[in-house]
Amino acid sequence: MNSLLDIHDLSVERGGKTVLTIDELSIEKGDVLAVVGPNGAGKSTLLLTLARLLRPKDGKISFNGGQAETESDTIYRRRIALVLQDPLLFDMSVFDNVASGLRFRGLEKRKIQPRVEMWLERLGILGLKNRRATELSGGEAQRVSLARALVLEPELLLLDEPFAALDPPTHKRLLAELTSLLDETLTTTVFITHDLNEAIQLGRRMAIILNGNLRKAGSPDEILNATNDPEIIAFTRQ
Amino acid sequence: MIFDAEVFQITVLSLQISALATGLSLFIGLPFGTLLALGKFPGRSFLLSMVNTGMGLPPVVVGLFVAMMLWRSGPMGDLKLIYTPTAIIIAQVIISFPVVTGLTAAALQALDPRLRLQLYGLGASRRQMIWMLWREARLPLLAALMAGFGSVISEVGASMMVGGNIRYQTRVLTTAIVLETGKGHFDIAIALGILLLVITFLVNWALTWIQQRGARR
Repeated sequence: MNSLLDIHDLSVERGGKTVLTIDELSIEKGDVLAVVGPNGAGKSTLLLTLARLLRPKDGKISFNGGQAETESDTIYRRRIALVLQDPLLFDMSVFDNVASGLRFRGLEKRKIQPRVEMWLERLGILGLKNRRATELSGGEAQRVSLARALVLEPELLLLDEPFAALDPPTHKRLLAELTSLLDETLTTTVFITHDLNEAIQLGRRMAIILNGNLRKAGSPDEILNATNDPEIIAFTRQ
Repeated sequence: MIFDAEVFQITVLSLQISALATGLSLFIGLPFGTLLALGKFPGRSFLLSMVNTGMGLPPVVVGLFVAMMLWRSGPMGDLKLIYTPTAIIIAQVIISFPVVTGLTAAALQALDPRLRLQLYGLGASRRQMIWMLWREARLPLLAALMAGFGSVISEVGASMMVGGNIRYQTRVLTTAIVLETGKGHFDIAIALGILLLVITFLVNWALTWIQQRGARR
């Protein structure tokens, strides 16, 4: 077994209503799983549940063979990193933003600087290091947000439609850069999107969520061509 | 009287009492306001309404309540605090605590609620998350501090009732102004009034400088 995450019989409620059910889903180490579905399908609920920001009503999520089950939420969350649709940068410099997660983990100051600068450089924003984060353009801000997560070198990277609010050229460029970064670093990633093309480009595997239920998971080819589910066919042909 | 030792003593005492009362209000109000803004517990809305009502609490009513509590025959009379600077501080904390609490809660509730998710998603502990939210809301939090200080340095009713305006002991700038006006010494009252205004301005100017420095950063 080389899976990082194993989900069984998961059920999540919000406001007394079941909004997500997953019978079974595994994510292999180093895999990039693109979770695709229309708006309101339950994709973000999955991400928040994986980040332990929502408690499931039923079911089991096993991380690294059950290694994290007894860990506190904070200790568990220090194994992962979360990037949301809006960059939600802190009102401080770009450097301090990217260093924030390392500081939460109590990393020594002398180790923080080279690591942050290395990731700023990889994301092409080293020149913005001293700029105030709230003064950046949308594309720059999302690069900082990605650097802030990737600098943590997480065991699991959770991305919630990080490019949805960007203009098409910036969106395309950042998606291509992220694809090659994830290929290079082999970071296990769950990427949420409502855009099928984005899912195909980034995901080595795909999962489709419709009406709060995980309908199918597999390779992009299996999802797109080898299914008889009329709702999946209707969604993929939209 | 204007530049003599007594005025100096009154001014220092006014600043000491108001600074201590504001500091204590901040010490209690900041965590309590944070709890009201971020917590989910039964009675939260009721407490928030109480705090918001308390922001307009008339100082004389506070003075009456504290005087009754600290009066020699009152429930806390044995502490012998009536007509002491401590009594004024207690009354001023009751006046400024709701101001600091209410404005803290409002400042934190104005932040994007997803910021908390993002902080947790980067591995922040609860304490680190709260510290970062305070940092993000530092401008309105400093405004809360200024409002808290403003509500006590300018207050006269409660200080008069629980402090007694005793010369060299509990006389502060506001009560001295009332006394001098009552005696018809308008020139002294005006001079003390100007002094009070200047001190209030200097304290707020310093806090505004810190606030705006934070805004530019």
